[in-house]
Amino acid sequence: MSTDNPSTAIDDGEFDAAELRALRERVDELEESIADVGTEDDDQKMTIISTKGSFDMAYPPLILASTAAAFDWEVVVFHTFWGLDILHEEKSKNLKLSAVGNPNMPVPNALAAVPGMDAMATRMMQKRIDENGTATIEELIDLSLDLGVDLQACQMTIELMDYEDDAFYEGVTTGVGAATALQHMAESDVQLLI
Amino acid sequence: MSTEYDTTETLDVKGQSCPMPVVKTKQAIDDLAVGDVLEVLATDSGSMSDIEGWAAGTEGVDLLEQVEEGDLYVHYVEKTA
Repeated sequence: MSTDNPSTAIDDGEFDAAELRALRERVDELEESIADVGTEDDDQKMTIISTKGSFDMAYPPLILASTAAAFDWEVVVFHTFWGLDILHEEKSKNLKLSAVGNPNMPVPNALAAVPGMDAMATRMMQKRIDENGTATIEELIDLSLDLGVDLQACQMTIELMDYEDDAFYEGVTTGVGAATALQHMAESDVQLLI
Repeated sequence: MSTEYDTTETLDVKGQSCPMPVVKTKQAIDDLAVGDVLEVLATDSGSMSDIEGWAAGTEGVDLLEQVEEGDLYVHYVEKTA
């Protein structure tokens, strides 16, 4: 080994060659792992678990997903239980708002439970959405898929609800389960259950 | 209206609300070339904060100016990368 290397000067005193080599290897390892951290940080990731299929609850996951995609985040929305209806091409156009259990409704709960009230509440909300220029569920789904959002349909729920695999919007990912969702959640910077 | 920018394209999202102004701005920027300036016309008052936040959190875009003209909110976004 060359004696003009300044690091070997330390070797004379406190460290032997093997210890020094081990230290250098450790420094190299740490530098490599720091470099990895730097590149991984560039990609923000978000996973949303969408569990509700009422008209009002279909909006937040899709609005957040499409906006996050506009930030170039990698986004997965895993739709399970009633949330699956949002991805169902037919059912997504007929999502209902519940008039019962919402104290902000202009009618008392006892009246809200009368048949036809859910349909009326949904029509009222639909009218407000049209007047306000708020996007439709279908528009938000198309937009999200266009922007590269991975809309996933829980396979267990598909079978539970007895839905056909081709009943969903084109571009929706089927054949996925809780393990897939967990894997994305573990890698994500933002995880939401809606 | 401000004319100091050489606007390449204008995106009209008047009458549309969150998240459309941001998401459509992103799509329009993707179709432009580096150095191009996009003018966004919006009536959503939330677009002032939202487009500012989007531009700050997104690489390759620079928010040049935001102008409020009565009910109209005008944003100038440059594609920088």
